[in-house]
Amino acid sequence: MKFRLLLVLSLLSALAACGRSEAPAGPQLVVYSSRIEQLIKPIFDQFTADTGVQIRYVTDSAGPLLARLRAEGGNSPADVLVTVDVGNLWQAAELGLLAEQSSAQLQQNVPASLRDPQSRWVGLSIRARTIVYSSDRVDPAALSSYEQLADDSWSGRLCLRTAKKVYNQSLVATMISANGAERAEQVVRGWVDNLAVPPFSSDNKVIEAIAAGQCDVGVVNSYYLARMKAEDPSLPVALFWANQSGPAPLNRGVHVNISGAGVTAASKQPELALQLLEWLSAPAAQQAFAELNQEFPVNPQTPPSALLQHWGNFAADQVPVVEAGRRQAEAIRMMDRAGYR
Amino acid sequence: MSPAVSARRWLSTPLLGLRAAGLLLVAAVLAPVLVLVGSWLNPEVEIWQHLASTQLPGLIANTVTLMLGVGLLVSLLGVSLAWCTVMCEFPGRAAFEWLLMLPLAVPAYVMAFVVLGVFDFGGPLQGFLRGLLGSSWGVDVRNEASVIVVFSLVLYPYVYMLARSAFLSQSSETLEVARVLGCSARQSFFRVALPMARPAIAAGVGLALMETLADFGTVAVFNYDTFTTAIYKSWFGFFSLQAAAQLASLLLLFVALTLFAERHSRGRSQFVQGAKLQHLQRYRLSGPLAAAVTLFCSLVLAMAFVLPMLQLISWAIAAGDSQLNKRFFDLLLHSLWLAGIAAGLTVGLALLLAFCRRFSRGRWGNVFATAQLGYALPGSVLAVGIMLSFSWLDQQLLAPLQSWLGLVPRPLLMGSVLTLLAAYWIRFLAVASGPLESALERVRPSLPEVARTLGAGNWRVLREVYLPLLRPGVLTALVLVFVDVMKEMPATLLLRPFGWDTLAVRIFEMTAEGQWQLAALPALTLVLAGLLPVVLSIRASRGR
Repeated sequence: MKFRLLLVLSLLSALAACGRSEAPAGPQLVVYSSRIEQLIKPIFDQFTADTGVQIRYVTDSAGPLLARLRAEGGNSPADVLVTVDVGNLWQAAELGLLAEQSSAQLQQNVPASLRDPQSRWVGLSIRARTIVYSSDRVDPAALSSYEQLADDSWSGRLCLRTAKKVYNQSLVATMISANGAERAEQVVRGWVDNLAVPPFSSDNKVIEAIAAGQCDVGVVNSYYLARMKAEDPSLPVALFWANQSGPAPLNRGVHVNISGAGVTAASKQPELALQLLEWLSAPAAQQAFAELNQEFPVNPQTPPSALLQHWGNFAADQVPVVEAGRRQAEAIRMMDRAGYR
Repeated sequence: MSPAVSARRWLSTPLLGLRAAGLLLVAAVLAPVLVLVGSWLNPEVEIWQHLASTQLPGLIANTVTLMLGVGLLVSLLGVSLAWCTVMCEFPGRAAFEWLLMLPLAVPAYVMAFVVLGVFDFGGPLQGFLRGLLGSSWGVDVRNEASVIVVFSLVLYPYVYMLARSAFLSQSSETLEVARVLGCSARQSFFRVALPMARPAIAAGVGLALMETLADFGTVAVFNYDTFTTAIYKSWFGFFSLQAAAQLASLLLLFVALTLFAERHSRGRSQFVQGAKLQHLQRYRLSGPLAAAVTLFCSLVLAMAFVLPMLQLISWAIAAGDSQLNKRFFDLLLHSLWLAGIAAGLTVGLALLLAFCRRFSRGRWGNVFATAQLGYALPGSVLAVGIMLSFSWLDQQLLAPLQSWLGLVPRPLLMGSVLTLLAAYWIRFLAVASGPLESALERVRPSLPEVARTLGAGNWRVLREVYLPLLRPGVLTALVLVFVDVMKEMPATLLLRPFGWDTLAVRIFEMTAEGQWQLAALPALTLVLAGLLPVVLSIRASRGR
């Protein structure tokens, strides 16, 4: 008896729960985001305060979000896709999930190398992936480029994050663009030979390993170090801007990737969605958007945070970021062949 | 008997409604699975060749090692702890009996990052040791053994709980007869109790192994590559959901064959039992042995529960209370709400299926058993299968229906709580079925037969014979599903309605950015909330 009651109760409450997901009144946008809530909500709240447009969002990894957009097709409630790493944006565009948007304001606010050549997505913040080293055991003069980390001098001293992370896939993809596939594969094999320990699951772990003395150099996104330095300024790990000098292609600049966004093909209100992207690319929002995660703004008029300025200016690789997306699969295959896990 | 006659008999049975409902359920579970199998229509030859020539052999070897290791360790831990706490008397026994269930509430991915946080080269323990032993000292703990231990510590409660209730319900007469016939304690364990508890133990080990096989988060923390690594590489790296689904369906085939083999090897043996232990004479352990058992239990408890809790608490304190706002309590409420409803729903449906199987012999029994396959798929792959089936329904059935009714078509199923709940029960039906079926197997068929002879109808037999006998099994099933739904991540992420974020979602967001310290508070809350039903069920099982 009790049991049937339980069953009926659960069904009833399930039905009741369905009513709760009703939409609020007034204009609103729906965002699918692989940028986590803590990094988008404050900005969205500001947008709502400025414009009166409500924003509803779900967060998930990029893969499932793309699958969902694709499955929902023209019925999708999503207006905007926000995601990290250009590989994911490129793939979304390839799948026809993003609509072309021409906007003079976006063209003005975001450098061309950080936008889709076909205007289906746009970068909103820059993340630099560069070399970090132990300030106790490494003379920065011994560092120069990603490629140089494959030299024998770093044998048993290198720490890397797993090749399964898209950040490394994009780095290797742009290395293929700059050096050609053959040379790039040599470099990756050299990295694998130089590894002090098997690859780590996160950039934080790489930095911790360097601090603990497990290895001497590593490659991470700068904001991870910024975050850890903010917590513990005495951390004996320092940052080195890679590939700033030397013969081409070694002087191409630091590998940069983006977090970005595009208007979905299914959006019923593309103008409003575009308005959000334009608002995000303007200086006011740029500062907050980048600073929340210690990233660099895409808008050249916006200065980076004080902490990032402390690391000095760097030249960024000017290869269009879309290249990293295009060559991602090639990069993964190469890393698999080279035994980089 | 001609097929026509047997078909008529099948149809005319009073249990037709039950069977039809069972088949409907099986169909609902199999739909997303079939969507995945359908991916074979376009074999991704190129990706397969690449994987086969690079990583696949190593991944399969890793997976097999992991399965063997976890299978062995959870059996050893689960069965030995269950036997000790049920059959032996030693200091602290009564407390350990329930304390040893607690690790169930610790998600494997949380255990993984705690173990790494404490024991890793850069962690506090080795840092302290380096202070004593010199700066060159240190070991990398990210290896096979650690992964096996992590899984076993959080998964042994499945075996422990199921084995425990099996031992508890073994009739004291059986064991007494064994003793009278001259069996020592050891002999009566190996020759009587263990073989009789086999279905329960197999169900527990099966659950643990399916979870290990489908796991991605835990192995990712250790960067230990298993078969799921290939699935995720195909999906997130090569952006081929097709190839991912193909790989996942192979995983499924493997599990289906294993389950089938296990059932087949049981053959026609029946595991019915008499009354539960009434006046149990526990073995009194001698001084040193009793101390050793107490130590063993404390050690397992310390590693599997006390250590992660302490580490989470210390991280949560370090991270401060900035997260503790109204939003946080919303997350908690959503978690509890979803887990509670899903547990009731899943156990109800699992009970229905269990009855279907009890009343169906041979082939039909296997048909109903296939409903458990959902658990063997990696969570996000199953979630995508479910999403594809539901969005198909939305687009092909509901949208035309809405237009026909003169409404603007909009997705009704996708992004609704119903879809999320459906995902939960499709995934966790196997979890609920384990305890229910092993409880049902122990109901002597003569009991309901007698009741029927005495004129009781179907409902009355169910209410007054089966349900009271099944109560411990139902409770165990409710607890297991509740806790599993609390911990569930991929389906919740993909299918939750707007704003329905849960604690697991928060943990995902924090760990995705490598901020394990900030994930500590939601993880701690998740564990504590998951303990609630565990403790309640223990109290309920004592109350009898």
